Amino acid sequence: MELAPALLGALPELLLALGATVLTMVGPFVVDQRRAWLTRAALLTLAGALALVPTPPDGLIFGGLFVVDGFGKFMKILVLGATAWTLLIAEEGRQSASMRAFEYPVLVLFSALGMLATVSANNLMSLYLGLEMMSIPLYVLTALKRESRHAGEAGIKYFVLGALASALLLYGCALLYGFTGTTDFNALAVALPDAPPLGAAAGLVFLVAGIAFKLSAAPFHMWTPDVYEGAPTPVTAFLAAAPKVAAGALMLRVLFGPLIGLADVWMPAIAVLAVLSMTVGAFGALRQTGLKRLLAYGTIGHSGYIFVGIAAGTPEGIHGACVYLAIYAVMTIGAFACLLAMHRSHQPFEQVEHLAGIGRHRPMFALAFSALLLSMAGLPPLAGFLAKLYVFRAAVEADLFWLAVVGVLASVVAAAYYFRVVYVMYFADGDEDFEHMPGRRVTWTVTATALTALLFLFVAPVVVEAAARAAGTLGL
Amino acid sequence: MSTWPILSLLVFLPVAGIAFLALTGRSGAENDRNARDVTLWTSLANLALAIVLAARFDPGKDGFQFVEHAAWLPELGVAYHVGVDGISVLFILLTALLVPICIVASWTTVVERVRSWMVAFLAMEALMIGVFVARDALLFYVFFEAILIPMFLIIGIWGGERRVHAAFKFVLYTLAGSVLFLIAILTLASLAGSTDMDRLEHTPIAVDAQRWIWIAMFASFAVKVPMWPLHTWLPDAHVQAPTAGSVILAGVLLKLGGYGFIRFSLPMLPAASAEFMPLVYVLSAVAILYTSLVALMQRDMKRLIAYSSVAHMGVVTLGLFTASARAISGAIVQMLSHGLVSAALFLVVGVVYDRRHSREIADYGGLVHSMPRYAGLFMLFALAAVGLPATSGFVGEFLVIVGVFPVSAVFAACAAAGMVLSAAYMLWLYRRVVFGGVPAGPPLPDLDRRETGMFLPLAILVLWLGIQPDFVFRLVEGPSAELAARLLAAQTGGGV
Repeated sequence: MELAPALLGALPELLLALGATVLTMVGPFVVDQRRAWLTRAALLTLAGALALVPTPPDGLIFGGLFVVDGFGKFMKILVLGATAWTLLIAEEGRQSASMRAFEYPVLVLFSALGMLATVSANNLMSLYLGLEMMSIPLYVLTALKRESRHAGEAGIKYFVLGALASALLLYGCALLYGFTGTTDFNALAVALPDAPPLGAAAGLVFLVAGIAFKLSAAPFHMWTPDVYEGAPTPVTAFLAAAPKVAAGALMLRVLFGPLIGLADVWMPAIAVLAVLSMTVGAFGALRQTGLKRLLAYGTIGHSGYIFVGIAAGTPEGIHGACVYLAIYAVMTIGAFACLLAMHRSHQPFEQVEHLAGIGRHRPMFALAFSALLLSMAGLPPLAGFLAKLYVFRAAVEADLFWLAVVGVLASVVAAAYYFRVVYVMYFADGDEDFEHMPGRRVTWTVTATALTALLFLFVAPVVVEAAARAAGTLGL
Repeated sequence: MSTWPILSLLVFLPVAGIAFLALTGRSGAENDRNARDVTLWTSLANLALAIVLAARFDPGKDGFQFVEHAAWLPELGVAYHVGVDGISVLFILLTALLVPICIVASWTTVVERVRSWMVAFLAMEALMIGVFVARDALLFYVFFEAILIPMFLIIGIWGGERRVHAAFKFVLYTLAGSVLFLIAILTLASLAGSTDMDRLEHTPIAVDAQRWIWIAMFASFAVKVPMWPLHTWLPDAHVQAPTAGSVILAGVLLKLGGYGFIRFSLPMLPAASAEFMPLVYVLSAVAILYTSLVALMQRDMKRLIAYSSVAHMGVVTLGLFTASARAISGAIVQMLSHGLVSAALFLVVGVVYDRRHSREIADYGGLVHSMPRYAGLFMLFALAAVGLPATSGFVGEFLVIVGVFPVSAVFAACAAAGMVLSAAYMLWLYRRVVFGGVPAGPPLPDLDRRETGMFLPLAILVLWLGIQPDFVFRLVEGPSAELAARLLAAQTGGGV
């Protein structure tokens, strides 16, 4: 193996690693007033990496540890885009001193590096390394706001449960290795059908459980509402968007790569996860009064819909999941940007009831937030409808009618709570002390994402086509 | 034939109006008036377009006209495909007529958030016309379901005291039905490889699959119609909705269910439709008899008219599922007539509600003394609802009864009994409100020019349809005959 082509293949990752390292060294010496430059440098690094994503040729590098393909590139663009975007709006949401620490952009960069490695993993080892590199900075970020006890609690919770999930995942990897004697995805795909079925299935279950935790799929979802609520809003925005895309991509790569031979085992299991996540997400959100908890249950539900696509086990299913991840990332960023934008009497708020009266006093903002929420509910003609359409279509074409029916019924329940937020904004009376956005970037983000939600059907063919091309390259 | 995209114009002209309102508006009395003007003129322009469409439409030709086709999501087999036949033309006319009337009806009564109100109505107009022109199943679904959002806001923001309950009930009922419709569309698409409705109509589907798809679609359309026992959202929605909201709900939204049967269940799944005919017959008969009796017991005027709507729509579903061109045309005419008459009746209630802020029948009486013009118009619409000959109500119901009679005398008798019962509740309502003792309080002033103006077109059309329905029949004859032929072929075992 030659080193030069290998390095060329990992150019975006290398740039991120370099940028993160340099910022780590420079960071402590930057005075408080100039901290914004660190964020700018981090954004520049992300933009550079984003620009480099399409350049490397497809193929296996680093001795088969790392794969470059169209699917990975699509997901990397999503991951980097979501990371950069959330970092951009985080700048205006990070008010307190501890949140302005220089570590913030550095940790985000390291986490993004981990996500890229996860997306490109072609070996159980690189999979685990990538996943951990993605998660550990997230634990720290969650607890970064030192003066807040909630943040600390959320950080510990996230860390302990995350470590447990990592252990499960590692155990799964070990079992798979033990029964096949290899950690390479290509070799696993060949060896698994001959492995003892029980052992292989056990390995599969632990592996899937570990990744499902990162995707906050039920029954591995317990951490999600607490962490979403406890973490500072800019961190939650990041947490909800990019890592989910990376974990979703990993799930697709693992199931349709090395584990494709066990499809008969995992298809029903994924279908069960889908049903559980959709129901827990829909019914759990009904009684929430906090917006972040509500969005957390929304996330749980969304991972269920992604699993509907995966459970189909067909190319259409991969395609549907890709479309869903792309739309989900944009809608989530938009919803959290709305959360960052909302202030009453100079205080940010997170309760649904505090939205009362916005429809009257801030009609454009209310319209944007409603568009984003109803898009997540999957109502046509908004963007989220198309996301759901493609996963349900995959389920129907795979003759999983029952799964599609459960899915649409869960989406009706989910619509009830999204409509409830809209109802509070428009129907309830409230005071006028609702203030406008803290900054231009958030305003811009809210506008852009809401327009995406409203007018998505016009640009849909482009996104759908890109996802189709990406999905087509997945597999060994 | 001209090549300019008249159907897209019909859909997107209201959207342009929305964009204009969104970009120019500020609050203030001046701006409210401008918003009203802009909306009224936009909707009138759309009415003019609809009339041009009807004039240029050639009923002599088979198939769909003014077709536009553009690729959209080719990989799913979805396209932007629109076109109209005689049935759609009539519903487009109805929609384009009722929207400006709604705007006029809310001219002085909606004073809060005027701009949002106007935006909601223009959005409704665009989406409703979109449903009637769509020739692609997914496009149809997008329009069909998106209507929920503006209607939710119309009931929820400007509605009565229990508006939140009503808005949620409306949304959840309809949503639960229509998501199953989505599954049905996806299933059809996977069978036919396309969501194009022309193609779906010519795709033979195994009877077993037809059954499941039919049930999924039925869930959606039966809620929309609404058919007994899925009708309970309707009285709540009607009572709580503002007058113009009730008008559009009764006038157009209820027709979407019947229209769905015409476009999907009947032509695409004739075998299942024939098989489930007894079910539809029974549900329709129950709707006609039971809800008529319920209507008799109502103390609230809007609730009474809402229940009478359910009964009248029962006649429609009875006719639609009868394999006879006469019954199907009758059902379509009944849908149109109900669109005009129930819209007018809700306006009638709205007029006195604006004056006395009560919907209770007991709060009124002796209106004939102070409001003679009002009493006259009310009489006309009440008789049309009863189905008196020479009004539009008669034509549809009569044809349905005549069409159903050879199939089943019992069900024809049920429909006829419905007419008798409707005479009972409508005339009783009329007697109690217009005649009888005058309750305390100042006498109510008669209709002003604005109000007369919004009733006149409806009154003229109700009479015209009753006396000279040729125009309508020319448009619906062809499509109804084709539907009846398909249904008949399926019934006699001719297969799909």
